[in-house]
Amino acid sequence: MKLLEIEGLGIDFGGVKAVDAVSFAVTEGEIVSVIGPNGAGKTTLFNMISGVYLPARGSVRLAGETVTGLPPQALAARGLSRTFQNLQVFQQMSVLDNVMAGFHLSEGRHILSDILALPSSLRRNRETEDAARKLLARVGLERGAELIASQLSYGALKRLEIARALACKPRLLLLDEPAAGCNAVETEEIDHLIAAVAKEGVAILLVEHDMKLVMKISDHIVVLDHGVKITEGKPEVVARDPKVIEAYLGAHGGKEAANALG
Amino acid sequence: MKNLSPKTITLLALVALVLVAPLFFPSSFYYRVGTLMFINGLAVTGLVILIGYAGQISLGHAGFCGIGAYACALAPVHLGLPPVVAMLLGALISGVLAYLVGRPILRLKGHYLAVATLGFGILIFMVLSNESWLTGGPDGMQVEDLGLRDLLKSLGLSVPAAQVWYWFSGLVLLLGALLALNLHTSSTGRALRALHDSEIAARTVGVDVAYFKLMAFVISAVYASVSGSLLAMMNKFVTPDIAGFLHSVQMVTMTVLGGAGSVFGAITGASILTALPQALTVFHDYEHIVLGLIMMLVMIFLREGLVPSLIKRFSRRQG
Ligand SMILES: Nc1ncnc2c1ncn2[C@@H]1O[C@H](COP(=O)(O)OP(=O)(O)OP(=O)(O)O)[C@@H](O)[C@H]1O
Ligand SMILES: [Mg+2]
Repeated sequence: MKLLEIEGLGIDFGGVKAVDAVSFAVTEGEIVSVIGPNGAGKTTLFNMISGVYLPARGSVRLAGETVTGLPPQALAARGLSRTFQNLQVFQQMSVLDNVMAGFHLSEGRHILSDILALPSSLRRNRETEDAARKLLARVGLERGAELIASQLSYGALKRLEIARALACKPRLLLLDEPAAGCNAVETEEIDHLIAAVAKEGVAILLVEHDMKLVMKISDHIVVLDHGVKITEGKPEVVARDPKVIEAYLGAHGGKEAANALG
Repeated sequence: MKNLSPKTITLLALVALVLVAPLFFPSSFYYRVGTLMFINGLAVTGLVILIGYAGQISLGHAGFCGIGAYACALAPVHLGLPPVVAMLLGALISGVLAYLVGRPILRLKGHYLAVATLGFGILIFMVLSNESWLTGGPDGMQVEDLGLRDLLKSLGLSVPAAQVWYWFSGLVLLLGALLALNLHTSSTGRALRALHDSEIAARTVGVDVAYFKLMAFVISAVYASVSGSLLAMMNKFVTPDIAGFLHSVQMVTMTVLGGAGSVFGAITGASILTALPQALTVFHDYEHIVLGLIMMLVMIFLREGLVPSLIKRFSRRQG
């Protein structure tokens, strides 16, 4: 079944079409990558899908329901979760609290029992903590649980965001450059993590500049350039597409493209 | 020390403070100073929830102190309510008003929010000053005492009024601190602290940012209201100044001086700024200037406030 369907999505910034007429779909359990040179509109596309930006044109459907223009918290409740290219970690909170905050929706609202620290509130807290520690172990951060998030390295923060996004128990996970700034070992770990998450049936929409990673794990690749989709298909097909190579050579990513695609 | 939670440590420190401080009081006058510290500490604990947890500012919270104070002044006379019930009524009115006012106001951010809350505080102050038929205007009005001392007397305990107030306000502060600390480590507290650090990420994990900001505003308003009620009943007198801009600024300064993020820090800030004017009459004459100066110095040198900055410096030296 199609989990995410976007149709003719577009948005303008100051009269410039940052993204225009982009359509594609993501099936359950699939890993779909969106690639394209810097400034192609990948993050902007993510922002529209996740409700951060209101699209000027087009529609977004999640599990058959039209969700265009719904705010992020409403999309989170429908199983859409994401990470950010420019880290949006809760910097002053502990690493553990960051992930626990990700369980917000499953915990529900209980302000009065929280203030009074009723047994139900304490029990909820314990359950959330256990689940959060498991997720931290999964991304290899269990030993830093009590640190303040701002003390972590960049690569660790990237993984922390993934753990927090997984805490929302997503059906669709949007990852915006999860391996950026990570060394080869960390990139390898993220690669395994994404594959494992996908195996559990979570659909993944990935933006990533590391072409080796993209080519290896994607079921399907969408290529953007100057805000429009120039092609879409299986990794091996996209890699040989002259339009894709030209987009990369025409932009700044020439060497990167030659290395990765060629 | 290691396996005690920060919450337990804070509470133990507060209990110790309340119990031990009287041993050092040179005269019974200091019971009054201590009471003032606790009452201010209570309002400031509420602001920790708003400013420290949720990262929202209010320069109008004295308005809620005013509502709490005048509820205790008016309800016993006009409605025949006992002072304690009047205090609860004031807290209810403050909470409901905060809910109604907070909805539109909390959409604003930063300076705009500061100015809007400032306007709210001034509005309450003006009403209290101008409606003299009800409030006695700028001259103020009498307030009935809480009646705790009489209650103790009827039980055969004769305790000086200043001491009754000291222990009672100490107890209320402890309760207020306990609730604020409960909140900190709960799901609701995490939502508040999350939206403080990144609204967009908080929304992404499903936090209804507008709702939780509003709840922080309402809760802190109730704290301010109870603090105002206690202040009025202790003084047995109230003037509109309790809702004035200076009082709002005092409270915010206390909060950031000690450290908005920590309940203990903020209560320390409240204690320092309450004791200082009592100790130095110079301070009293130049209160505006000194407050402004402290605020500037804290913002420049101790961004996180006195207590968190000191803890950091201390633990760095140890590690
Ligand atoms: N909020 C905004 N206001 C104005 N212009 C924007 C805004 N967000 C993005 N843009 C512009 O839209 C275009 C697409 O940007 P976007 O960040 O989506 O690119 P990207 O594909 O994610 O690039 P990168 O690989 O560098 O992350 C760029 O020209 C950018 O300057
Ligand atoms: Mg981007």
